[in-house]
Amino acid sequence: MKILTLTFLTCARKSCKPEPTSYPLHPTSAELEIIPVDFNPLFLRALLPRLDWPTLRILCEAFGLPGLQEEAPEEDALFLQPEEGGAMEDVEVQGEKGKEVVEDVEKKGEEETREASQLAKDLHHLLLETTMQEGKLVCGCCGHEYAVKEGIANFLLPAHLV
Amino acid sequence: MLPTPSTSHVSFDNVYEPSEDSFLLLDTLSSASEVEFLKTRFPKNEAVPVIAEVGVGSGVVLAFANAHATEIFGKPHVLTLAIDINRHACEATRQTVEKASTDLAGSQVSVGTFLGSIQADLGSAMRSGVVDVLIFNPPYVPSEESLADLRDVALSEPQFKASSSAKFERDSKLLALSYAGGADGMETTNILLSDLPRILNERRGVAYILLCAQNKPAAVMEYIKSWHANWNVEVVGHSGKTAGWEVLQVLRVWPDNLPHSK
Repeated sequence: MKILTLTFLTCARKSCKPEPTSYPLHPTSAELEIIPVDFNPLFLRALLPRLDWPTLRILCEAFGLPGLQEEAPEEDALFLQPEEGGAMEDVEVQGEKGKEVVEDVEKKGEEETREASQLAKDLHHLLLETTMQEGKLVCGCCGHEYAVKEGIANFLLPAHLV
Repeated sequence: MLPTPSTSHVSFDNVYEPSEDSFLLLDTLSSASEVEFLKTRFPKNEAVPVIAEVGVGSGVVLAFANAHATEIFGKPHVLTLAIDINRHACEATRQTVEKASTDLAGSQVSVGTFLGSIQADLGSAMRSGVVDVLIFNPPYVPSEESLADLRDVALSEPQFKASSSAKFERDSKLLALSYAGGADGMETTNILLSDLPRILNERRGVAYILLCAQNKPAAVMEYIKSWHANWNVEVVGHSGKTAGWEVLQVLRVWPDNLPHSK
């Protein structure tokens, strides 16, 4: 289960759902494993608006992973800006190309010719490649512990808690 | 026609084998009218939608949606999540999704991103409003068994030293969970429906729910419409006509933009 997945899940108990402390579930005794995934900066760009940044910061801390910056990044931060890309020679030619790129973006909404930033690579690694294989997810409201085994979390409650 | 994911690795002793109902869901999701609807509802430049299938079984439907996201949603940028009460189904689906994606490797087609499988009762572990597309092929066969007793087997750990008859009994109960629906075959579906307005995103959400004729689909549609004037329901797929009655139907259930939502 990816770290990203935890931002969509909460305690299975009905009575916990309205309580803010039931999300995120807190990982404990977690064993993480890196499962490589093809890097796709365009996917990250589309994912960015869906990220619950404050929660991801909490999860990183709980997993003992490197901290995330305080503010959620803007889309541009996923790509190297032209001035970082090096020489700005042949301005005229680049200008022409730039124009074509803009048209492409409008046409397909997909084109992205800029190179991905280190932040994009770090986010890819954290959100999509880092998986929780073993451990427990604990509800901050009722304290119930959900076991994670071989990458699959078990949210089934005993009958008396359903 | 888009290729159907392979499920040859799945043990159908305790996981529901893809059947007519599964294939009807594949056909419905990839039909011209649903592709049109989904592409409009999830425009290319908007945030990635979360597609969750409840009761994935072998994972054939979710793997299909994940592998063919570009054809169905008009973009590969989708997240898919598998939910099943049966741990064997969770494991099988992970493989089915993976296999369907690698089978396309080299074809230059980008596939969706699989979030993983979770073992849960229906949508109980989902946060409110996070699901954009919910797919549900319920246990819809009317049955007399106590669903609570069947559920207990999903909670229990498999015993490695179990006798073959004990293993057979356990497997049979796990399979029954995938098809036995209690009174009118609606007991499990009704639980999912009662939680649907909470789980689905109020702006973008849409659910595809399969029903059989004994489920009294017309009454189910009336019930959904009674929630609020903004809820819509339509039959978008059907198969297996018997004496003029469609045996299986797929309902599309979706809220229109609520007046005060963003």
